[in-house]
Amino acid sequence: MPNYILNRLGQSAVVLVLVSLIGFMVLNLAPGGPMSQFALNPGMSQAELDRIAEQLGLKRPLLVQYIDWFSHLFVGDWGHSFRDGRPVLSVIAGHLPATLLLMGTSTLLSIVIGTWVGVLGAVRRYSVFDTLATVGAMVALSIPTFWFGLVAIFFFSLHLGWLPAGNMYTIGDQSLGDYAIHLVLPVLVLALVNVAIWSRYMRSATLDVIDQDFVRTARAKGVPYRRVLTHHVIRNALLPMITLAGLQIPTILGGALVTETVFTWPGMGRLFLDSLGYSDYPVIMGILMFSAVLVLLGNLLADLLIGVADPRVRLA
Amino acid sequence: MSQRDDSDKGNSLLNPTRRQALAMAIIGAAGTLLPLGRASQSFAAMAAPPSGQVIIGLSQEPTVFNPHMPHIEVDDGIHWNVFDPLFGISPSGEFVPALATEVPTVANGGISADGLQWKVKLRSDAKWHDGRPFTAEDVKYTLELIVSPNFRSGRRAGHDLLRDITVVSPTEIHWRMEKSYAPYASILSSTFMVPKHILSVAADVNTAPFNNAPIGTGPFKWGTRVAGDHIQLKANPHYHGTQPQIDSVIFKYIPDLTVLYTQFKTGDIDVTAMQGITPDHYEEAKDLAGRTVVILPVATIESVTLNMERPQFKDPVVRQALYMAIDKKTIIDELYFGLVLPTETYMPQQSAYYNPNLPKQSFNIEAASKLLDDAGWKPGAGGIREKGGVRLSFTNSTTAGNQIREQAQQFIQQTWLAIGVEMKISNLPPAVMWGEYWVQSKFDSVIVGNNFLTGADPDTRDYFGSQSTNAKGGAGQNNSQYVNAKVDELLAQGAAIQDVAQRKAVYVQVQDLIRQDLPILPLFQYTYVRGYKSGLKGFTGNINLRIEPWNVNTWSWT
Repeated sequence: MPNYILNRLGQSAVVLVLVSLIGFMVLNLAPGGPMSQFALNPGMSQAELDRIAEQLGLKRPLLVQYIDWFSHLFVGDWGHSFRDGRPVLSVIAGHLPATLLLMGTSTLLSIVIGTWVGVLGAVRRYSVFDTLATVGAMVALSIPTFWFGLVAIFFFSLHLGWLPAGNMYTIGDQSLGDYAIHLVLPVLVLALVNVAIWSRYMRSATLDVIDQDFVRTARAKGVPYRRVLTHHVIRNALLPMITLAGLQIPTILGGALVTETVFTWPGMGRLFLDSLGYSDYPVIMGILMFSAVLVLLGNLLADLLIGVADPRVRLA
Repeated sequence: MSQRDDSDKGNSLLNPTRRQALAMAIIGAAGTLLPLGRASQSFAAMAAPPSGQVIIGLSQEPTVFNPHMPHIEVDDGIHWNVFDPLFGISPSGEFVPALATEVPTVANGGISADGLQWKVKLRSDAKWHDGRPFTAEDVKYTLELIVSPNFRSGRRAGHDLLRDITVVSPTEIHWRMEKSYAPYASILSSTFMVPKHILSVAADVNTAPFNNAPIGTGPFKWGTRVAGDHIQLKANPHYHGTQPQIDSVIFKYIPDLTVLYTQFKTGDIDVTAMQGITPDHYEEAKDLAGRTVVILPVATIESVTLNMERPQFKDPVVRQALYMAIDKKTIIDELYFGLVLPTETYMPQQSAYYNPNLPKQSFNIEAASKLLDDAGWKPGAGGIREKGGVRLSFTNSTTAGNQIREQAQQFIQQTWLAIGVEMKISNLPPAVMWGEYWVQSKFDSVIVGNNFLTGADPDTRDYFGSQSTNAKGGAGQNNSQYVNAKVDELLAQGAAIQDVAQRKAVYVQVQDLIRQDLPILPLFQYTYVRGYKSGLKGFTGNINLRIEPWNVNTWSWT
């Protein structure tokens, strides 16, 4: 096991270096840059723009900039945002809790509901419930989140006035209840799509297990149906879900760009979009590296967990 | 309060009956309201303490809080509330003293007749938010910081002409200008004073903690910032000018304009600042209950800017014909819902220097075609006119994603085709558009909105002076590469004169020449649609500034 982990970490390190190199090059070679936002400012000229670029360290050769940035990563200095000058790690850390709250809640909810809907659909295959769940899943997967979000705001907020029209909390009142009521709509919108995905996967995984011999044996032995389901079927069906859950981790901390924009949620997705818009290179690279680390860690975790949970799997 | 009230009510102040307690509470409350009856000039001790909150919605996030570092329009909103300049500018274009006791002019001796010697007298009662007094040392420090080579300054133009800045006393400062530069007053009117005692001791001003927790002399103090979400400013109880009546000002960032409008409707935000309400929502917005929607004129002019070095645009007849073949009225009425102002010039109509006598354009395809015919531009391959090997075919670019502009482009393309001109549309994302493509004059033509003035000052050498073209080795924003020796002469003249009436005569001529030469084809003058809750008093636009929340200290809730 330890060898396996070391092996994987070694591979991950190589991947991270590659990701950082490619990301850095693409970002700097793309036309435009952080100076464009100032081009229409009064009193601005090429000379002034050049001076500001030089003072930001952007006139150095690309390789020099890359090595400087990369070597600082190891000592925890991920650079400073071009916009407000704060350390990139602080900027990311500042936006993480909002994303964690939104994505964590919606993922949890969608896993719980998705599992339930999927298993039920598999056990009662082709029943009314199953057909409705299938069609519903297809519809939910096809609905664009921004449209659904705006419709939800229009209906529940403008029309009925039951829920707030976005934001994470009311400034001045940050009680638990305030956060909760602001969470309802965005979680609803996000969970809708995720429930659809999970229920399809869960249904398929359950169907794989339910026809196995050992399930039939258990039923023949007289084990109550409920216990067959929970003890044998679901446990085995959940195994492939562990891998999927591991792959969800980067999304939980990466944020949902569109939902966060529509619901004015100050999370990681919006940070990424804003940084791209202003060509805030240090923050963009920081988020890129952060996501890459999460993807690699998430995969590693999922593989390790599978190795622990499923005795049939032997890790090298 | 009811315990300390020395009223002659009852014999038992410590054990009042319910009625007595209520009576004492009412008297106590009435006591606090008395000072509101006083006349205007209220100091902190006499006026009611500021209360309440106002939430201003913005579609871009303010991120630069040091007013001298490079920043964008939206950051001005924070600067105007946290800091003060020496003197500000009113909506009608007059300078208003802020940290200075009077605006320096030639008449009061603040500026010498030749425009070179400046003497500014400062207030003695202004304090920084940390309690330290504001003095002339802070002014000297600020002006020197802006041109300091190690400081990442956003704008040096104008300040680099200052020499021999001398602190005569804590309330007086003198300096000499290298040459007479009339627009400097306008530049100063948006130059905010920053504290010497904090910044001069910082290891590196570019990364000082001050940049994320600014300390100024303004009517509002820095409160908190939740990055990516909002910034809160709190009223400054020791402000030397008009006391703020609202205690807490929130600048809320809402990136999507539809959502901004929705939150304005539901009342989650009280005021829409930039980019406000889109023209297509205006009809609905103006009828909203409890909301006041206003149309504010802005100093930005939308134009088709031509690259004068392109062979297609060298012939003045071509430029005239192109201008005549733009149906400005339809663009304004149909695309912008009639909300923007038709114009013939780069000068905003509200400016004291506006020339109202410019020839009016009228949309006339036949006359435009005839002009081109008579000048020898004959239709060639594909019906596109050509002459001497030059085809009237070129590209036009603007920021991709601005739908109304894209529609205007297509409409202009259509009418220009009718006179035998081929315009190809090539739109770019903002980061690319305003990079080298614009600054190094690599475009053929663009549709752009520019504020050509320097604050309220009519000097436009940056845009029309031949020394201001970057692509030719100059420095400025004359990206259309326009050259006219007479205009250069007039602009130099106008910048050196201090008297308004004399200057007006000069700039009227400049506007005539620009209208004649047409390096820019003016489409319209922008207006902004802004909204606020009807209970808010004091919200006023200021055409000489880039933002609306410039006078939040005069806002109040009824």
